[in-house]
Amino acid sequence: MNKLLQYATPVVLGIVVLALWEFVVRHFDVPPYVLPAPSAIGGAFADNFSSLMASLWTTLRVTLEAMVAAFVGATALAVLFSQSKTIENALYPYAVVLQVTPVIAITPLILLWVGFERIDVALVIIGFIVAFFPILSNTTLGLRSTDHNLIDLFRLYGASRWQILWKLQLPSALPYLLGAMKISGGLALVGAVVGEFTAGSGTATGLAWRITEAGNRLEIAKMFAALGLLAALGIAIFSILTLVEWALLHRWHESALKKEN
Amino acid sequence: MTALVSLSGVSKIFDNGTQAFGPLDLDVGSHEFVSLLGPSGCGKSTALRVIAGLLQPSAGALAFPASRPEIGFVFQEATLMPWRRTLANVQLPLELKGVGRGEAEARAREALARVGLNGFETAFPRELSGGMKMRVSIARALAAKPKLLLMDEPFAALDEPTRQALNDDLLKLWREDGLTVIFVTHSVYESTYLSTRVVVMTPRPGRIAADIALDFPPDRTETFRLSPEFAEAAAKVTAALHGAHT
Repeated sequence: MNKLLQYATPVVLGIVVLALWEFVVRHFDVPPYVLPAPSAIGGAFADNFSSLMASLWTTLRVTLEAMVAAFVGATALAVLFSQSKTIENALYPYAVVLQVTPVIAITPLILLWVGFERIDVALVIIGFIVAFFPILSNTTLGLRSTDHNLIDLFRLYGASRWQILWKLQLPSALPYLLGAMKISGGLALVGAVVGEFTAGSGTATGLAWRITEAGNRLEIAKMFAALGLLAALGIAIFSILTLVEWALLHRWHESALKKEN
Repeated sequence: MTALVSLSGVSKIFDNGTQAFGPLDLDVGSHEFVSLLGPSGCGKSTALRVIAGLLQPSAGALAFPASRPEIGFVFQEATLMPWRRTLANVQLPLELKGVGRGEAEARAREALARVGLNGFETAFPRELSGGMKMRVSIARALAAKPKLLLMDEPFAALDEPTRQALNDDLLKLWREDGLTVIFVTHSVYESTYLSTRVVVMTPRPGRIAADIALDFPPDRTETFRLSPEFAEAAAKVTAALHGAHT
């Protein structure tokens, strides 16, 4: 019963807010180019369904590619850091530079270099850059936080570096890595959208372009529909990563421990 | 009697210049149960790590006159891998040594049974109590069939009844397996109860202040803990520990 209530409360709240929204727009005759009613947004969504879905797919693909690239690249670099302090000292400052430079400031440069005819590639690169650092820094921390006594134990039994890495350090770093993936998933989406906004036009066909296009034509309802899809995509990515985290950690990690009442 | 482990003039100075212990001369023979007793920070744990080969001595020589025996190590905390089930944790040393999966599993099961944990093979460490985790840790050390078992204050974090139960179990394992044990502790009573020999160390840098042989029957029981002989030996060890302090 409590469980049901927990899920029902936000849904009920959402319905109430939408109803209120609809009422306010109708009652006060708010012009649709200021604030469209939820019913109008629904209508715009239905009217533009196929183009919106195509854009959703484009944005989703870019985001996923950026996430996978960031996951592979950052994890590999973190492993390298854990094996060699020299490499870490040499490269870490540059990773920080990449992180602290606002992505929107380097976006034009990347678009220019990659070229507007291959805008998808540019967007993946931008998403990759923003998603990269949280994974790198968290995984590096995780690899370094391995229980030193366990490392000693592995050494005592003659474990190789590879065995220590594979059987001990990587599992120890897993909770850190998964936490970072949740942050990076959202950031990759931000990167994909920011890149497309900067590109402005050209061959871009993602959700950000639909928003720009709808804004230029004052089709505010369509804008809201695209915005809603973006939010839904972000929630979906976060939920899936949370599920993956739960699946991998819930049996052994403290974060998943149920508290007794 | 030839020694199993022999330390001559061994000392350890850390990179920051602190001398942890030494110089230390100590011979430990086969089937002895030697306690290193001393105050916190006297370098007894460091000495244990040097014997295990986890740290290099700064001076002196560590020797195994026969050959380097199989060494097991039990830490102050259970030091289990939380993502592995009990059985897989115990299997670890065998796995690292390249023992086949089937044999490793059989030996791990046997080791778990010997510490009284059959039925807990599939439990994760977080589902076990502190005492049970320590038993898993001991089973892991036993699974590789060590000749020399090094224990670094293994029961210090446990409550009194659990600690006594584990003391008795440890004595039983020591008797049955023909183990040699070097046991680091700061408890006078624990060292007196368990050992054939108590080596009392001075505060940092730890040196040997007294080397007290205890000649008690190997199968000690609860009544022994209350006997006048035990009280007398404990008093002797306490006096040596006080002497080392001043």
